[in-house]
Amino acid sequence: MQASSNSEPTPLSLSGVTVRFGNFVANDAVDFSVGRGEIHALLGENGAGKTTLMRVVAGLLVPQSGTIHINGQRADLRSPLDAAALGVGMVHQHFMLIPTLTVAQNVCIGMRRAGRFFPDLKAVARELDAIGERYGLRVDPNALVGDLTVASQQRVEIVKALYRGARILVLDEPTAVLAPQEVAGFFRVLRTLAEAGTAIVFISHKLDEVMSLSHRVSVLRHGQLVASKPTAQTNPAELARLMIGQDLTLPQADGSARPGGMAIEVRAIGYRDERDVARLSDVSLAAHRGEIVGIAGVDGNGQQELAEVLAGLLAPRSGQVLMASPGGPVDVTGMGPGGRISLGLSHIPEDRQRTALVDLSIAENAVLETIDRRPLSHHGMISKSAIRQFADQLIARNDVRCTGPEQRIMTLSGGNQQKVVLGRALGRDPSVIVAVQPTRGLDIGATAFVHQQLLAQRARGAAIVLVSTELDEVLALSDRIVVMFAGRVIGTLSRAEVTLERLGAMMTGQAA
Amino acid sequence: MSTFDAPGVPVPAVVVDANAARRTEIISSLIAVGLALAVGAVLILAWGANPLIAYGALVDGAFGSWNSLAETLLRSIPLTFTGLAIAIAFRAGAFNLGAEGQLFLAATASAVVGLMLPDLPGVLLIPTMIITAMVVGALWSLLAGVLKLRFGANELITTIMLNYIAIFLVSYLLRGPIQEAAGFLPQTERLAANARFPALIEGTRLHAGVLIALLAVGLTHFALWHTTWGFRLRVVGLNARAALNAGFNVTAITLSAFLLSGALAGMAGYMEVVGVQRRMIENLSPGFGYTGIIVALLGRTNPFGVLAAAILFAGLQVGGSTMQAASGVPSTLTTIVQALVVLFVIGRGAFDQLFAQRKGS
Repeated sequence: MQASSNSEPTPLSLSGVTVRFGNFVANDAVDFSVGRGEIHALLGENGAGKTTLMRVVAGLLVPQSGTIHINGQRADLRSPLDAAALGVGMVHQHFMLIPTLTVAQNVCIGMRRAGRFFPDLKAVARELDAIGERYGLRVDPNALVGDLTVASQQRVEIVKALYRGARILVLDEPTAVLAPQEVAGFFRVLRTLAEAGTAIVFISHKLDEVMSLSHRVSVLRHGQLVASKPTAQTNPAELARLMIGQDLTLPQADGSARPGGMAIEVRAIGYRDERDVARLSDVSLAAHRGEIVGIAGVDGNGQQELAEVLAGLLAPRSGQVLMASPGGPVDVTGMGPGGRISLGLSHIPEDRQRTALVDLSIAENAVLETIDRRPLSHHGMISKSAIRQFADQLIARNDVRCTGPEQRIMTLSGGNQQKVVLGRALGRDPSVIVAVQPTRGLDIGATAFVHQQLLAQRARGAAIVLVSTELDEVLALSDRIVVMFAGRVIGTLSRAEVTLERLGAMMTGQAA
Repeated sequence: MSTFDAPGVPVPAVVVDANAARRTEIISSLIAVGLALAVGAVLILAWGANPLIAYGALVDGAFGSWNSLAETLLRSIPLTFTGLAIAIAFRAGAFNLGAEGQLFLAATASAVVGLMLPDLPGVLLIPTMIITAMVVGALWSLLAGVLKLRFGANELITTIMLNYIAIFLVSYLLRGPIQEAAGFLPQTERLAANARFPALIEGTRLHAGVLIALLAVGLTHFALWHTTWGFRLRVVGLNARAALNAGFNVTAITLSAFLLSGALAGMAGYMEVVGVQRRMIENLSPGFGYTGIIVALLGRTNPFGVLAAAILFAGLQVGGSTMQAASGVPSTLTTIVQALVVLFVIGRGAFDQLFAQRKGS
């Protein structure tokens, strides 16, 4: 390991960095530093505050408090230009490249060094070759960026940062866009860069990558730094626990669940994404009336895809989806969400702004799924008064804090938006509920409300599939816990069988 | 705003109430028009004329007498229909830039039907021609919708290209199969008198078709805000994924928007054939299908807003020649003003924000 020597100042050091959005604390007094030649992994679930912290480093966000030191000097980063001038290079998840220009043109855009109006592309190409030589990062300077593969474009982003003098490289989930076979080559490049003295911050939520690549790992959870230790002194199970929380309240195994018949079932589901990467392989599971099946796992192991397959938003490549109906189980594999809703399915999606809500009033969002039913409409004519009454009831029952049903939903706080989504999904007495991260971003009070509502639905006899990366939540609510890893169901635990060690091991891919 | 939005996205100043939002929209549209006229005034000064006299003549030429008012309203009819056509598509999240082609094909078809049935009484002939125009416009528009949904072809491109196909096809037809017997000009025979609308103001060209345009505005408004179909259409336009998740048949809703959009564009063509030219001619439309895009944007895709914008643009076009006669300012200045309105409409997001900020502070 390339530890930073004491004689040299630390390339990047943050202390007490706090970033707030409204009353939401994205970074809470975070200390973080990376040494010369060090690869420092920043680990955390989606929304834990990793990207926010790195946006501070890149000069894209000014923190409310805290200090940043670069090479020992206090740095006041007001813009990305300030950060770049001090040697910070950021590779975003979405590349900042212009596809219709060549690699050399992309790299030197806006750089006076390359020539103010007419860049000397030959000189740029020579410099790129030199960089490529040094770090094993070959790119063709004359290739059009749009013709390159995603992996090559990522190399261009790194070369661009190096060309611009980056000594501190921040990579935001760089492997998310790479195919598995491309990752090894990418890691070689990062190791070479580190050996040459570059300080690297590697943002990820993939434990195996962090273990194999980094020298040091820091874990963020709910905006707070919960651990920072040498990678050699930790293990994936510990990191998983740190990421998803260890403030474990053991389940009260009340044994009250008397599951009834099958309500929804998937059989041998397989799904590949548009890059032909397998996201779900041979997944089978069933949820019965009156039980909550918790789907646990580290983010990105196929839970979201499974939920979308259940909801009818994603068509699996293979396998079957069945739902109960009055006339017995029906195959709903080829059915969209509409048909499944009429069979009693309710979906509380993970990304409510993108999938559940429309930039209209609370009232219009409240009736989205039931506008066809009386008294909300009659022969295709909408009854404004009935809609208003329906929305008033939903607002009252779910304690939505708003100015009235006409308020635009996007102006509500996240918790109140979720109350509308929940009230709409549960108000139609569903027989199946697919709830994905139903409490993400909510405060304690709103979280308790959501939990209480789900338990009430279970008592009513609904089958609930609860997908959550919050271990506490899964443990507190589930009758059974299904653990997913790498797109597969790795095991199922009943409440009585759950231990933290077993869950941690299963989440990192070791079968129970 | 919320505790949940993606970190780092600046929180915009938000207008909470729907009515307040509509007021802001109207005001910022008026600002766009005002700024366009102000820049136009500078140009008039540069030309060496008095902007007050020029604009005075413009208003006089557009609205100053029964005849000029009639001409303005007559011109607003096709603009209202194409504006509505484009507004409906926008509301469903689609861009129908093909109103011009839909207009031409629909006008031709309705003229042909009208010429084939010269003895039919007006009460039957007029509805027959209207239905023909709407169906043909709708089908031509549906083609772009199907290409979009089936093959993912961008309707921005397909609708424009379909315009050329339609317009050249019509040119061919007017020079061959359906040309008038005299055979001089690329136009059809004159329609029989029973295909026409009664005049609305005696001694002017304004006909009862303007009432149909008003009816279309009212019906479109009703459909968008008082029917489940309109509700779904707006939801699809705002967030197709949420619409799908809520169980809507997004494909069918999108296609229905393309159909209605084409039908309305077809009505614009029908109105010009029956109410103005009395026959199909090669240069039937001076770009109503394109001006309709600006009309829809300036009217904020609200049917009544479209009506107001259509009358404004009609007034600019009709009043331009009076302005030229009275002040010597070329009537093409009104084209510049129309273009400026486009620019300010596009930049209008900035007014909205300024407005919201001033309110917020």
